[in-house]
Amino acid sequence: MNTTTTSPTSAGTTTIPISLEINGQQQLLQVEPFVTLLDLLRERLQLTGAKKGCDHGQCGACTVIVDGKRINSCLKLAVSLDGASVTTIEGLGSPTKLHPLQQAFIDHDAFQCGYCTPGQICSAKALIDEGRCTSREDVREWMSGNLCRCGAYTNITDAVMEVMEQGAKT
Amino acid sequence: MIRFDYVRPADVAGATQAAHVGAAPLPEVRFLAGGTNLIDLMKENVERPTTVVDINRLPLVKIEAAPGGGLRLGALVSNAETADNAEVKARYPLLASAILAGASPQLRNAATNGGNLNQRTRCYYFYDTGTPCNKREPGAGCGAIGGVNRIHAILGASSDCIATHPSDMCIALAALDAVVNVSGPDGERQIPIADYHRLPGNEPWRDNTLQQGELVTSIDLPAGDFSTHYTYLKLRDRLSYAFALVSVAVALNMKDGKLDDVRIAVGGVAHKPWRVPEAEALLNGQDATPELFRQAAARILDGAVGQGGNDFKIELARRAIARALAQAVAGKPQSHTDKRIA
Repeated sequence: MNTTTTSPTSAGTTTIPISLEINGQQQLLQVEPFVTLLDLLRERLQLTGAKKGCDHGQCGACTVIVDGKRINSCLKLAVSLDGASVTTIEGLGSPTKLHPLQQAFIDHDAFQCGYCTPGQICSAKALIDEGRCTSREDVREWMSGNLCRCGAYTNITDAVMEVMEQGAKT
Repeated sequence: MIRFDYVRPADVAGATQAAHVGAAPLPEVRFLAGGTNLIDLMKENVERPTTVVDINRLPLVKIEAAPGGGLRLGALVSNAETADNAEVKARYPLLASAILAGASPQLRNAATNGGNLNQRTRCYYFYDTGTPCNKREPGAGCGAIGGVNRIHAILGASSDCIATHPSDMCIALAALDAVVNVSGPDGERQIPIADYHRLPGNEPWRDNTLQQGELVTSIDLPAGDFSTHYTYLKLRDRLSYAFALVSVAVALNMKDGKLDDVRIAVGGVAHKPWRVPEAEALLNGQDATPELFRQAAARILDGAVGQGGNDFKIELARRAIARALAQAVAGKPQSHTDKRIA
């Protein structure tokens, strides 16, 4: 692979070509180095499901799944993900065919304001795919990177447990 | 966020060259790996690199056998993957436990082993550019001394800086006598973990002993069996997703019913993982008794000084060390799911 570099005189304003698969669609993009994945999704691609809560990796509202792993999209430069596959909440279900976790969040009243919900659901999907959790205590610990200021934790745990116990690969 | 030039080299030589221009290296160059700490600090205007060298494409992504029967952890292997690695879990469960005690699943997926070594303090004053901080701005003063200092150091601090090293992983690495492999303009070298991080002294902006342009390439875990008698006990203000007020990594062996090869590393108390070989020597060859554990803890905390808000840490650390030793001897490591302290 060739070294990628920007001009030393450009002070970071030059754009860099990157390729990302986003929710199953290949996208060729020109991105400035300072743009985070979260800002790219929300401001350039109008994928506003992932939320900018704290913008410091503390709240988890920006959680998306990159190459199968859940990460905080606010702390990732888009240019560093060249070639990656990204799944956001928009890629998990559709208004007519909800993802089982989306349905479970509704059934269990697992949100109030809803701001943290896309991050919660992306995180929960990855949690189930990781296959590590077996108990409520496990789920609470492994969902600890997603804060809910409305305090819907009990119902969030109920929703995740239900889908996890159905055993359906999400 | 600040603007910067972006370089994405394809190999280690390219990375160290990019970070070391001619005879006068650029001080504002930063290596970017997982980004979980650096990007955050750049948003806060605490880190202001003019050039970011993205090392994510370097071939440092394996966990493999190390010379001498140990295990070599690639610098770019994620913290999550390291904790989940079968060899790590079987042979060095202390390391897996410490990693899983830290951060969140999302952060551990992005954060790398090299980055974890180099993460910076979570001192509030270091983060807050409206306050003085000698680590952020040499000569500016220290807001934490005489300020809000609940999370700060009780050992090895200086009149310039009382910040603590924030890592959980590094506390386990210290107990395991890990060795850090680095590559730089002058070639490769190995740094024992005990010499990797440093005390603040009168140069608190230097967190570690890396030279300009040097890059961590891997971490070696020496051979040894600490898979039975170990624990990572972490005490914090929340039960999950919080930095340690005090943490203790213990690894030891039992030989003919006596303590053997005891290692105790303490986190949250100093600018580096804190180990006191003399305290460990008190234990080796002895019967495991609560009284002896208290003596070892007292030896480790010899010279501890509170700053007002963190005075409680001295007694907390004393008790945590004794408790962790008891857990390790019993072969009952602290669970990080069931938060009750055994």
